[in-house]
Amino acid sequence: MTRKFVAGGVVIAAAIAYMIYAGVTQSAVYFVTPSELTAAPVAGKAYRLGGLVAPGSLRWEPQTLDLSFTLTDGKASVPVRHRGTAPDLFAEGRGAVVEGRWTPDGHFAATLILAKHSEDYQAPHDQAEAGYRELIRSLRGTRE
Amino acid sequence: MTPELGQGVLLVALGLALYGGAAAAAGGRLGRPALLESAQHAALGVFGLLTLAFALLVYAFLTFDFSIRYVAGNTNLGTPFYYRITGVWGALEGSIVLWGWMLALYTLILVLRQRERARELYPWALAVMLGVLAFFLFIMTLAAPPFARLTPVPADGRGLNPLLEDTGMITHPVALYLGFTGFTVPFAFAVAALVTGRLGDAWIALTRRWTIVAWYFLSLGLLIGGWWSYHVLGWGGYWAWDPVENAAFMPWLTGTAFLHSVMIQERRRMLKLWNVALVVLTFALTLFGTFLTRSGVIASVHAFSQGTVGMFFLAFLALVLLVSLGLLAWRWDALRSQGQLDSVVSRESAFLLNNVLLVAAAFTVFFGTVFPLLSEALRGVKVSVGAPFFNQVNVPLFLGLIFLMGVGPLIAWRRASPDNLRRNFLAPVAVGVVAAALFFALGVRSALAALSLALTLFVAATIALDVVRATRARRRNGEGVLRALGTLVTRHNRRYGGFVVHLGILVIALGVTGSQAWSVQTETTLRVGEAAELAGYRIRFDGLAAREESNHFKVVGRFTVSNGTSRPGIMQPSKKFYPQEQTPIAGVDYWIGLKEDVYLVLGDFARDGSQATIKVQVNRLVTWIWIGGAVLTLGALLAVMPERRRAA
Repeated sequence: MTRKFVAGGVVIAAAIAYMIYAGVTQSAVYFVTPSELTAAPVAGKAYRLGGLVAPGSLRWEPQTLDLSFTLTDGKASVPVRHRGTAPDLFAEGRGAVVEGRWTPDGHFAATLILAKHSEDYQAPHDQAEAGYRELIRSLRGTRE
Repeated sequence: MTPELGQGVLLVALGLALYGGAAAAAGGRLGRPALLESAQHAALGVFGLLTLAFALLVYAFLTFDFSIRYVAGNTNLGTPFYYRITGVWGALEGSIVLWGWMLALYTLILVLRQRERARELYPWALAVMLGVLAFFLFIMTLAAPPFARLTPVPADGRGLNPLLEDTGMITHPVALYLGFTGFTVPFAFAVAALVTGRLGDAWIALTRRWTIVAWYFLSLGLLIGGWWSYHVLGWGGYWAWDPVENAAFMPWLTGTAFLHSVMIQERRRMLKLWNVALVVLTFALTLFGTFLTRSGVIASVHAFSQGTVGMFFLAFLALVLLVSLGLLAWRWDALRSQGQLDSVVSRESAFLLNNVLLVAAAFTVFFGTVFPLLSEALRGVKVSVGAPFFNQVNVPLFLGLIFLMGVGPLIAWRRASPDNLRRNFLAPVAVGVVAAALFFALGVRSALAALSLALTLFVAATIALDVVRATRARRRNGEGVLRALGTLVTRHNRRYGGFVVHLGILVIALGVTGSQAWSVQTETTLRVGEAAELAGYRIRFDGLAAREESNHFKVVGRFTVSNGTSRPGIMQPSKKFYPQEQTPIAGVDYWIGLKEDVYLVLGDFARDGSQATIKVQVNRLVTWIWIGGAVLTLGALLAVMPERRRAA
C-alpha cells in the first residue's frame, strides 16, 4: 500500500515540478536598467525596464492614445512607447517600471507601466497648489 | 509628554512579557501553580499596557500631536476625523502596535478560556504567546518606535497616503492582522505539545476553533484587500500576484491545508508530524510575509517603509524555525503515525491529496515571489516571474482542489467500495458533465472556464446530495423539512459549517472564473457629446466639472451610460489632486451588478474640459466574489460554534 502512495507522490511532485519549470521558462522577465538594455538589446525578449521618466520627454496623444516617454538611469536612455493612459503616480522626474519588449526599430514597446509608489509624501508645494487652483479655475470657467 | 509616556508603557510591557513568558515556562516545567498564576497576571498586564499604548497613539492622532514623528508622517490638519483614526495603522510603526495589541488580546482570551482546561499544554502555550509578544514589543521599543519624538515640531504633518483614505483601510488591515496573529495560538499549542510530548489530538482539539477564527480573518482580509484594490485602484482587478498579496496568501494556503489534515489525525491518528510541521510553517509564513513586505528585498508596487525591521523579523523567523525543528527532531519517535492508509480510493487519500496540492500551491507562490532573489544570487541576473507564471501553475492546482472539495466530504474513510462511489458520485458527476455540455452549447468556448464551472457545479451537487439525504433521514423521525435541516446543521455544525464554507469558495470561484474569462475593456478619448460603446453599453461624455473637498481638489467627468433596456444613468469618475501628491489619483466610478459591473476610470482630460480619455470595463460576475465572502463568513460562524452533538 505504502508503495502505491510513494509512487503517486513522486508522480505528483514531478508533475508540479514540471509545471513550475515550464512556467518559469515561459514567463521569465528580465529586469534591466536603461544602460543594460542599450548595451545588449535583444529584440522580442520580455523585459522589465526600470528608470526615471526623463523630464520633458513625456508626449501624450489623446486621439490615438499614444503615450511616449524616455526612461533614463543617468547614463543611458531608452525611448518607450505605450498605448493608453499612464497609471496614477506616473510623472516626469519620477521612477517607473515598464514591462514589454524591445523592438527592432529602436524603441521599447511597453504593455504595462508600473509607477513606483513612494512612501514619502511631499510637503505641500505652494507652486503645485497654485497650479491646481488655476486648473480648477479653468475648468470652472467652462463648466458649472 | 505623550511620547515619553508611550515609550515607557511599551518598555514596561516588554519587561512584563519577558517575565511572564519565563514564569509560564518555569511553571509548566516545575508544575508550580503560583508561577503560572504570576505569568497570567503578567499577560493581563501586557494586554492592559498595550491597550493604553494604542489609546495614546489614537489620542496623539486625534489631537495632531506632531511632536511624534509617526503622527506627523501620517496625518495632517486636513485629514478627516475618521482617517485620523485609521491613520494610526497606516504605516509600519502603528501597524506593529495594532498587531501586538491583537496578539495580547488573543493571549488574554487564551488565559480566560483555557486555563482550567488544558493543564499540561496551557503553561507552555502561554509561554510561547508571551515570547512572541515580547518580540513584537522589542520591535516597538527598538526597531520601529511609534512614539519617537520629532524635533523641531512641525506646524503641520505630511498627511496620509491618499490611497489609504478609504473605508477598506479600517477593515482590511484589521482582518488581516487578526488572521496573522491568530495563527500564533495553534502554533503555541503545537510547541506546547512538542515540549510536553503530548502529541495526541488534545492540542488539535483545543486549537480547532482558534484555527478556524484565524483562517476566517485571513480569508476576510484577503477578500477585503481584493475589494479595496478593485474599487480604489483604477485598474479593475482584485488580485495581481504582487509580493504583498502573496505574503498573505501563503499562510492562507498552508492554514487551509492544516484545517483539513487535522481531521485525519483526529479520525485515524495519522499525520502527527505533518500537522505540527504545517502549523509551524503557517506561523513561519506569517513572519516571512512581514519580513518580505517590510524589508524591501523584493520590489512591490505597495509602498512600505524600508528599514531594519525586516531583518529583525528574519532573525526571529530563523529562531522560530530552529527551535521548532529542534523540538521536532527531539520528539521524532513520538510523532510516528499509529494508523495506516488502507486504500488509494479513500477519504484519507482525498485529504492527503488536498494537502499536497495546497502545499504545492503555497510553494509555487513562494518560489515565484522569491524568484528574483534566487536568480540574482545564483546567476547574477534579475529575473522576475509575473502573473502568467502564478496563473499557469496555480490554476490547475486550484481546479484539482475544487474537484477534491466535492470528493473529500462524501467518499468513505479507509476504503471506498464501488458501491459507495456510485451512490455518492454518480449523480454529481452527471451534473458536472451535463453542465459542461450545456455551457459548450451556450457558446462558452473557453475550455478552462467550462471546466471550472462544471467542477463548481459538481461540488455543489455533492453538497446538495449530502444535505438532501441527511435531511430525509431526519424526516423519518417525523421532523418537518425546515426543522430537520435546522437540527442537522446545528447538531453537526462543524460538518455543515464546512460545507457552507465550501459553497462560499465555489461562489468565489464562479466570480473569479467569470471575471477572468469574460470581462472586456476599452480605452478611448471622447469630445463632449461623443460616446463610446462596449458590450451593449453606450457611454456618452457630457463634460467636466471641478470640486473642492476638505483635503483635495477633484475633477469630475460626467458620463451618461445606457444599455438600451434600462433608463440611462450618470457615472462620475474623477481625478483627485492631493496637495501632498505630485500626481492625481483616479476616483473610480462603478455600477455593481450580479451579471456584470460597469467600471469607469477617468484616465486623462483636456484642461479646457473639451475632451476626456476614459477606460471602460465591463467586468463579468465579479460581485459573486464578494457574495462568496459573505457565504464563507456564514460557514465559518457555523463551524466555530461549540459542538452541540454530545449535549443533545
